[in-house]
Amino acid sequence: MPHDHHDHAHAILPPDPALRVKAIETILTQKGLIDPAALDEIIDTYENRIGPKNGALVVARAWSDPGFRRALLEDATSVVAELGFYGRQGEHITAVENTPGQHNMVVCTLCSCYPWPLLGIPPGWYKSDAYRARAVREPRKVLAEFGVTLPEGTKVRVWDSTAEMRYLVIPMRPEGTEGLSEDALAQWVTRDSMVGTGLPRPPA
Amino acid sequence: MTRVHDMGGRFGDGPVDTAPEPVFKEDWHARALAVTLAAGALGQWSLDTSRHARERLSPADYARFSYFEKWISALADLLEETGVVTRAELASGRADRPSPLAGRALKADKVAGVLAKGGPADRPVNAAPRFQPGDTVRTRRPARNSFVDGGHTRLPAYAAGAVGRVLSCHGAHVLPDANAHGLGEAPEPLYTIVFDAAELWGAPERAGDEVTCDLWESYLRPA
Repeated sequence: MPHDHHDHAHAILPPDPALRVKAIETILTQKGLIDPAALDEIIDTYENRIGPKNGALVVARAWSDPGFRRALLEDATSVVAELGFYGRQGEHITAVENTPGQHNMVVCTLCSCYPWPLLGIPPGWYKSDAYRARAVREPRKVLAEFGVTLPEGTKVRVWDSTAEMRYLVIPMRPEGTEGLSEDALAQWVTRDSMVGTGLPRPPA
Repeated sequence: MTRVHDMGGRFGDGPVDTAPEPVFKEDWHARALAVTLAAGALGQWSLDTSRHARERLSPADYARFSYFEKWISALADLLEETGVVTRAELASGRADRPSPLAGRALKADKVAGVLAKGGPADRPVNAAPRFQPGDTVRTRRPARNSFVDGGHTRLPAYAAGAVGRVLSCHGAHVLPDANAHGLGEAPEPLYTIVFDAAELWGAPERAGDEVTCDLWESYLRPA
């Protein structure tokens, strides 16, 4: 495998990124290497079918069912796979639980690793240089930019996803949700609360 | 430093833009993701190799390209390096001939199955892990690939030479440092290591805060 060279093939392509994608798609389609209908299927999967509602269901169940919560914290991969949440970029899952003493927050400083089967495609901020660079060094300043201020007594643990392990934060169940069904609880669980940059909030 | 992508702990990037946005901000973002996944399904390179292809964009390109521009540019480089497409084809924007790999093209009715199957990175290995939860370890310094100069590694520079504690062992996982360069999977025990923020940054935001990294056994020594 060639490694470092200074006449990268991509420089031959049009500079406009939309045209650059189109050029590659056209060449690969003409060579019989890409089925355009498969591309539409991939896009539809991540645009409409796999997203944070999967993770929200897991969190709501963990809030409702102590046995499920214990099993999830013990071996999240098999527990969420039983719910049908397994696949690309989610082959190995660890669930980390927020407590009054510890707030968990997830980043990938080296690229943008994210639990796709549970949360879908990562949002722009998760992939941004600012988040990748700063979350590990100044998590509290970053949290403030998301409108989150932690109590002084709460430790922050930032999980840098440097391998194929993907992290799901289980936020603390908010007060005022006693007696709610799992479906109703899931409405409180935001995407950001499962990355650790937000807190659950009442449905709009 | 290893390479430009290794930015954990860097100052100067400014505030995080937290404004809500759709799953794909532009149509071409969605196409870039789908083309990259479909090309990956041809089986000509590993996930580790494709990560390294993005990392070895020049620092100037890495900094000025948006996220999916990095993907698509690294994809063009990989397609050419593996001989799947030629430079002439990239230059003309047209295929010169059909590919012998055409039989491997991902079909629409196989997409759900391929995405659901994923590509687990754990491997069965008989050797016992060298470290146990609670053990104190020191990471390699400087962060580097020990097989290839400037090669792929998953030890961030900010955690190089740092003392941490083993939180858990996840069994043996494919070693990206080897696999990214076609040197085999070389599976090794993978550990979650927790570091005190003061060990990494000197003056942390708050005493007692922590950072974890998932690190392979060869990155670690007893401390």
